[in-house]
Amino acid sequence: MIIDYEVLKFIWWVLVGVLLIGFAVTDGMDMGVGALLPFLGKTDEERRVIINTIGPHWDGNQVWLITAGGAIFAAWPLVYATAFSGFYFAMLLALFALFFRPVGFDYRSKIADPRWRSAWDWGLFIGGVIPALVFGVAFGNLLLGVPFHLDDMLRSFYTGSFFGLFHPFALLAGILSVTMLTMHGAVWLQIRAAEPIASRAKAAARIFALISMAVFALAGVWLIIGVDGFKVVSMPALDATPNPLTKEVVADSWAWLANYGAHPWTLLFPVLGFAGLWATMKLAAANRPGWGLVTGSLAITGIIVTAGVSLFPFILPSRTDPNSSLIVWDAVSSHLTLTVMFWAAVIFIPLILAYTTWTYTKMWRRVTVEEIREQEHLAY
Amino acid sequence: MLDSTMIELSRWQFAMTAMYHFLFVPLTLGLAWILVIMESVYVMTGREIYRDMTKFWGKLFGINFALGVTTGLTMEFQFGTNWAYYSHYVGDVFGAPLAIEGLMAFFLESTFIGLFFLGWERLSKRQHLTVTFLMALASNLSALWILVANGWMQNPVGAEFSYETMRMEMTNFMDVVLNPVAQVKFVHTVAAGYVTASMFVLGISSWYMLKGRDLAFAKRSFSVAIGFGLAGILSVILLGDESGYEVGDVQKVKLAAIEAEWHSEPAPAGFTIIGFPSNEDEETHGAIKIPWLLGLIATRSLDTEVKGLKDLMRDHEIRIRSGMIAYDYLQRLRGDQDTPENRAVFEDHKDDLGYGLLLKRYIDDPSQASEEQIRMAVKDSIPEVAPLFWSFRVMVAAGFWMLALMILGFYFNAKRVIQEKRWLLRLFLWSIPVPWIAAETGWFVAEFGRQPWAIGEVLPTSIAASSLAASDLIISLSAFILFYTVLLIIEMYLMFKFGRQGPSSLHTGRYHHETAATTSHPPTAGGPAPVLAPHKRQD
Repeated sequence: MIIDYEVLKFIWWVLVGVLLIGFAVTDGMDMGVGALLPFLGKTDEERRVIINTIGPHWDGNQVWLITAGGAIFAAWPLVYATAFSGFYFAMLLALFALFFRPVGFDYRSKIADPRWRSAWDWGLFIGGVIPALVFGVAFGNLLLGVPFHLDDMLRSFYTGSFFGLFHPFALLAGILSVTMLTMHGAVWLQIRAAEPIASRAKAAARIFALISMAVFALAGVWLIIGVDGFKVVSMPALDATPNPLTKEVVADSWAWLANYGAHPWTLLFPVLGFAGLWATMKLAAANRPGWGLVTGSLAITGIIVTAGVSLFPFILPSRTDPNSSLIVWDAVSSHLTLTVMFWAAVIFIPLILAYTTWTYTKMWRRVTVEEIREQEHLAY
Repeated sequence: MLDSTMIELSRWQFAMTAMYHFLFVPLTLGLAWILVIMESVYVMTGREIYRDMTKFWGKLFGINFALGVTTGLTMEFQFGTNWAYYSHYVGDVFGAPLAIEGLMAFFLESTFIGLFFLGWERLSKRQHLTVTFLMALASNLSALWILVANGWMQNPVGAEFSYETMRMEMTNFMDVVLNPVAQVKFVHTVAAGYVTASMFVLGISSWYMLKGRDLAFAKRSFSVAIGFGLAGILSVILLGDESGYEVGDVQKVKLAAIEAEWHSEPAPAGFTIIGFPSNEDEETHGAIKIPWLLGLIATRSLDTEVKGLKDLMRDHEIRIRSGMIAYDYLQRLRGDQDTPENRAVFEDHKDDLGYGLLLKRYIDDPSQASEEQIRMAVKDSIPEVAPLFWSFRVMVAAGFWMLALMILGFYFNAKRVIQEKRWLLRLFLWSIPVPWIAAETGWFVAEFGRQPWAIGEVLPTSIAASSLAASDLIISLSAFILFYTVLLIIEMYLMFKFGRQGPSSLHTGRYHHETAATTSHPPTAGGPAPVLAPHKRQD
């Protein structure tokens, strides 16, 4: 079946979003658990309980990140190239923080020494907080516009600095990322960890839900009054051969709100963000964390899509050379590649969801200190 | 023009992180199947010792796998971070197998590995075996897709350059997937993984036998690994040969460089065993040759010529000059002169555009290059020969050494006398590093032999890097070296600790460090320990 090129370009914007949301909802939850680990686990055994709630799942969940990276490479090669090399040290910071995870989970409990174990616990903390922060900051920078330009051969040149990434608005986005994922991890622990961890997790879920609502609101207000967006003034047809150098782009104060104006139904997403956070807070308090996980996932989805809708059709706007901006219509791969990848995604994502669900059902139980003691040499 | 130090450092960083990643991958590829075999025997026979084998070797598998994932993350990011122009120029083709690797293989592997380690008590025997099987299958599928990607770097089929988008674009997906270079590489590489895992299990099992400990466990582990290993080493060598044939067909420069073949010899060409190649002199000094052998291996004939490097470089000069015209017309087409006439000229020279791009190392506009610059680009158009010449021979020597060991090991194991052949057990123990040496030298040959190209005859490495500063690279390279060294020390420490403990680390109460026998009968330095302790018999 041949799908029109412009339809495929739009579908791929949605699919990359799906992969990023999949990452945030699954591995983001694990990162939230990592962030809480040194605080919600007061003893070695309690910390092992926490680790083992996500032990069987965290690695599969992380693949959403890896695949999102691979998919961006395949569908939007210019974006992959420009963003990853432009945000060089930020990417490496996230990467090095992620290093602590595979080794942390497998090696931590293999030696009985408390200092060894505590060190890895802090490693897992870093592996939770830093990537969440960096990815949030990166998203914030997309909304601010990135200082890069393309030359005639489509080589990208990034002219900003690492510390320039920490503009207060971007930092706020980073903080939101950390707090919403920590909330999500806390809700998971409220479901899957035994007492006394579950009660501590419940308190954490409520606090971080509240903080997230405040930060999301603040970021929203800031975006509306203080962040200039970009809009496409002229460009080739949507299904044209992609060439980022043939369009005209200008900065515009209201550009990041334009889509909400033109398509008011999209306001559903920021509403979902708020409502989801609020519902999670209430459900955790009411000891219904299972539903809290659902509402938390919806909240994260709403928040990420809010940013996506604001930006659309921009992916990587350039604030130093707006015409070089990378948009959904001209930063894409060829029709054939998008088609092949589309069918790969259509076939494999449902399969992935199926066996992932099977894995969660097989391992579903409240993890207790007794279980850790019984399986001392087998558990993480 | 890009800073040449920055490019060199980028190459060092990629090479170092890739070779480091490949310390862990082959063991995963092979040990996963060894675990499947062991667990299958457990499920079919119900004998506990096979479950203990699966769990123990699985523990070592886990220690290794953790660093495989860690170092693999780097690879997924590094094309974008450090090779951004490459990512733009060939992402349309190269990105797809990488993304499919994620969708098809990584998800499967990473999801089921969690169950493999932590699901023993919650899954039935058959369910757990299925989990182990899917994990092994997935890791091998991962190898398939990454080698489709790498195979395309060596032999870029199924794609065309588009001047409108200034990049390579895929024209036929099946051509990319069924690329003969990718196919042969895949089977050769996974077979190398099977050999690595086998040598690992054989070496450690040999140590237990030398120490007279956990003999039933060690002998059974040895038996599984020797069969798998012999099949693996035979495959690897056969496919290595097949690989050489493919290279002779589509990467003539690489073959000539591996063989330090400067002059085209009359067919059938001889194989140089030892020699001292020099890029400066375009000669191999002190060469000792076996007549006819190269012709036989590379062309499978006695009358097809193997082209020498000097002749290939003459071809390259012609292509570079043609590439200069291609570049000139490319500029016109991307400027305001997109006319049918210009397009026709460009089409005529398009296939040599990559050769023209070799000049970008010396001048921004290759169409204006001087004769001196062309001469330098011709010299650049072949890789440094000596490193290739020697690493190839090291790989082959390692391969044949392991073949000899496998044959001997198989023979004595079949005769059930392996534990008495202490000389052979010692050789297996000391040869544990050999498959790693073979695997790394093999990859070095594959990648260094493709230079100066990132994508063969299409994109030179010298323009493929990101627009970074040398100082950026010094920082990142140092950070990688630091982190990776610390992680490797930790990993090896754990590997040795659990390797030495053996199956006692499972704390089942059945093995060497756990039974009363060891307190009253410490293992003797000499021959096998007396078969006294009841736990030795596991059947």
